[in-house]
Amino acid sequence: MAPSPCARCKVNRALILRPKNHQRLCKPCFIATFEAEIHHTITTNNLFQRGERIAIGASGGKDSTVLASVLKTLNERHDYGLELILLSIDEGIKGYRDDSLETVKRNAVQYGMELCIIGYDELYGWTMDQVVEQVGKKGNCTYCGVFRRQALDRGAAKLGVRHVVTGHNADDVAETVLMNLLRGDLPRLSRSTSIITSMPSAIAPPKASGPGTSGVIGKNTNHGITDVRRSKPLKYAYEKEIVLYAHHKNLDYFSTECIYSPEAFRGSARTLIKNLEKIRPSSILDVVRSGEDMARLVPGNEDAKRCEGACKSTRSNLPSAEEEEEGAGGCGTSGRSTGGEMAAMEAKLLHNDVASAQVLETEITLPARPRPRNGQAHDRHAHTPFTNEPPSAATSSGGQRHDRIDDDTTPTTPRPKSPTKKRSTTHTLPHPPKTQKPAQKMGQCARCGYLSSQSICKACVLLEGLNKSRPKLAIDIQLDAAEEAGRC
Amino acid sequence: MPDTLDITVEFTGGLEMLFSNQRKHAISLPSREEDGNPATIAFLVRYLCQSVMKDRRKELFVLDDTVRPGILVLINDADWELEGEDKYEIQKRDNILFVSTLHGG
Ligand SMILES: [Zn+2]
Ligand SMILES: [Zn+2]
Repeated sequence: MAPSPCARCKVNRALILRPKNHQRLCKPCFIATFEAEIHHTITTNNLFQRGERIAIGASGGKDSTVLASVLKTLNERHDYGLELILLSIDEGIKGYRDDSLETVKRNAVQYGMELCIIGYDELYGWTMDQVVEQVGKKGNCTYCGVFRRQALDRGAAKLGVRHVVTGHNADDVAETVLMNLLRGDLPRLSRSTSIITSMPSAIAPPKASGPGTSGVIGKNTNHGITDVRRSKPLKYAYEKEIVLYAHHKNLDYFSTECIYSPEAFRGSARTLIKNLEKIRPSSILDVVRSGEDMARLVPGNEDAKRCEGACKSTRSNLPSAEEEEEGAGGCGTSGRSTGGEMAAMEAKLLHNDVASAQVLETEITLPARPRPRNGQAHDRHAHTPFTNEPPSAATSSGGQRHDRIDDDTTPTTPRPKSPTKKRSTTHTLPHPPKTQKPAQKMGQCARCGYLSSQSICKACVLLEGLNKSRPKLAIDIQLDAAEEAGRC
Repeated sequence: MPDTLDITVEFTGGLEMLFSNQRKHAISLPSREEDGNPATIAFLVRYLCQSVMKDRRKELFVLDDTVRPGILVLINDADWELEGEDKYEIQKRDNILFVSTLHGG
């Protein structure tokens, strides 16, 4: 093929084919365009305020490394006036984080940013290696995932930082949209598409928790009431372009899979996303945009709520970190889904055949039905995508992903009881301006004060189980360790 | 035409794990396929699977006889989609980079 010239400068040879619009760009033009688009995302969504101190959730992986690099560049180029720091979570898996933390340490030097590393041991009293020792390798991703979802907020609260940015990219969001759509979980679909999530987290534990019952977590996080805002500046950036940006800018990043999750590839929604991209590259952003459009139709969505008082959703549209990344798997630092979920989903769809074409109406008209807890998909038939499993199998699996533990089975997340079947149409217009946030209706964890739809948050539930079988001595040690934490 | 093409093949983004944890490989690729046609990327990928890759999980690199979706291929730093994808005819001293986008971010 004859080399084609860059569509922007018309001079250099094009090296990059942009998935979103098939534009052919040379290296400097690609880098400039990529950065300009992130800048556009930041400014049009008012992500940052001057003087803000912002923690970049940094794993040493491609997404967070690119995020740090781009934010540093833009902060200087456009004088955002931000103070950027790197915040890394150490799950305490020997050999897994060592290399990636070394990468983050080099990034801190390369970008001249302060780096804070906070361990699961500091936050929860348990390293993942200790958890695995206790519960075995099966199911440990549940712990890792639940702990991870809270870790950045808890870490930020410890540092007194009120805004965490993460490297979630368009592929991640598209994957979450698809998963929630297939699940028919429209409220979550709505929440997962928002670029900013605002949530009070790590609120000082309620007085009720005495010393004996003490929130194991609360002990660590009572650094005052904090509102931690989360945002995803790379939400519209293709994973492909993130990797190409890292390559062409010679960024120093690290890639590995969680060693406890060797099956992370198979049968995943990620694979579907990548196959879609191969057939039609624009489909990733199309899915993201469709997710946003559908989110506006969801009863309980803040837009919808304002246009009709009849929508009595008891839940806020704002996600908590706990569930924001539900679509993402337990392991994988960018919130990657794990294997088997598509298979589980497929089984569920077979079981639930009404769901196929009319997800929206199905969601609105059918009562929520509790799903059985037993027989988690992860263990059962996790790696049999698109099989013809009989409905009975689907029933027993409940179509659950392995790291979903309680959200769907509790009555605290009621579906909106909409009396009219065609309500969806009334939500399509008009969209009022997104000025006021709905009142935050979620409760706090009674143990640790973390924002949660449950009376006790997932992390505390898991910790309770872990701590029960651990000698008292160990807990004391862990609490002491927690006291001296906060070194950043 | 010489019998082999000396090229550089690189694996990054986690793919190096499938190739003896080694990023850069100097490869002497037969310049013609079995049927006499010039060596292409498709031929290279088959060659890599047969002769270089020791890891048994071939499906993490190749699916349906082509590079797995989610793995980018750069030919001398250019997206292979600009170069004819797996039909590109390999030239001597080419640098072929396979980079996975699938690994943890
Ligand atoms: Zn150019
Ligand atoms: Zn809690």
